[in-house]
Amino acid sequence: MSVEAAARTRSETWDAIVLRVLKQNKVSLIAYVPDKVLAPLIKSLHADDFFTVLSPAREEEAAGIVAGAYMAGQRGIVLMQTSGFATLPNVIASMAVPYQIPLLMMISERGTLGDFQFGQAMVCRTMRPVLESLAIEHYAITRLDEVEFIVDSMIKQAFSTQAPAAMILSPLLTKHSAKK
Amino acid sequence: MPAKKIQSAGRDTAKVMNRSDLCRRLTAKLTHEEAVIGGIGNTHFDLWASGQRPQNFYMLGSMGLAVPIAFGVALAQPQRRVFSLEGDGSLLMQLGSLGTVAKYGPKNLAIIVFDNGIYQITGAQPTLTSFGTDLVAIAKGAGLAQSAWAADEAHYEELIDAALKREGPWFIAARTGTQPPAGLTERDPAKIRGRFMQGLGASK
Repeated sequence: MSVEAAARTRSETWDAIVLRVLKQNKVSLIAYVPDKVLAPLIKSLHADDFFTVLSPAREEEAAGIVAGAYMAGQRGIVLMQTSGFATLPNVIASMAVPYQIPLLMMISERGTLGDFQFGQAMVCRTMRPVLESLAIEHYAITRLDEVEFIVDSMIKQAFSTQAPAAMILSPLLTKHSAKK
Repeated sequence: MPAKKIQSAGRDTAKVMNRSDLCRRLTAKLTHEEAVIGGIGNTHFDLWASGQRPQNFYMLGSMGLAVPIAFGVALAQPQRRVFSLEGDGSLLMQLGSLGTVAKYGPKNLAIIVFDNGIYQITGAQPTLTSFGTDLVAIAKGAGLAQSAWAADEAHYEELIDAALKREGPWFIAARTGTQPPAGLTERDPAKIRGRFMQGLGASK
């Protein structure tokens, strides 16, 4: 990262960096199922006319919408929390992978590092085994200074290799770093 | 264009028609490279058998996602009309998608559901529609005002014509019988996607 880029990153929150990198990569369709950690990102995406922002009823729907838009020439991403990802293995295994659709996913990692929600705590253990069993590229973003590099490179790789990708927002980024 | 009154049969009075014939009647009317998303199972088999248009997409998995995929296509290409073909069993898996379509109101989207009341491909076990679940009533309740049961083939064609000429979203339901599909889709997902993207002018 250049000195200028590093300086810019220091003054931006993680969600501002994500928004900027999505825009730079022409990812303009956002389909989300809400999450408290994602809330500031969702709010700023809604406020930016570049993005078409949808909130369907389920993560499966969001994945279908983003897949359809990709095939028609528009790039999109699904935003969700860990428990939402757990509803997606069938769709990833029978749509995104065999049809070679670069389904971008951003997952707010819940159920770990102090999360007291039982609705997240157990299901969280299934996320990485599912991603690994489907051979999906995935990376956890843990620090502010790596947000731009990870998000940008994963988006570019997904579209150039026509493969799904999961960007995991670790509490180390969204809770720990944010407090500093 | 303001919504005109839509004539609808009831599920009980609608004629039970042939799914393959209804697919051919649809595609015969598509003269502007309209996109068609064929849902899993016999629905996309009959779409395939009706002629392999480059603007057809065939779902080999992800049961229930024909409506969301079609909605995504409709969003990305608002100038193109898009049809989603689903079976009753598939649609019952993703009823929330009807509310999503109603909320965003894509003018270029039409949902067609073939309701034979059974999971035909897995051994004809009855679906909920065999016990009184009315998909047009559900669509209307979800907010899709332009929803109707096709009374017979002529009415089905009228509804398709309306969906081609007037603003959507549309929800067209047809009772279908238990005839086997007229063909079998080639199982090559990457080829299906590549051809569809070329058909939509969206290839890299």
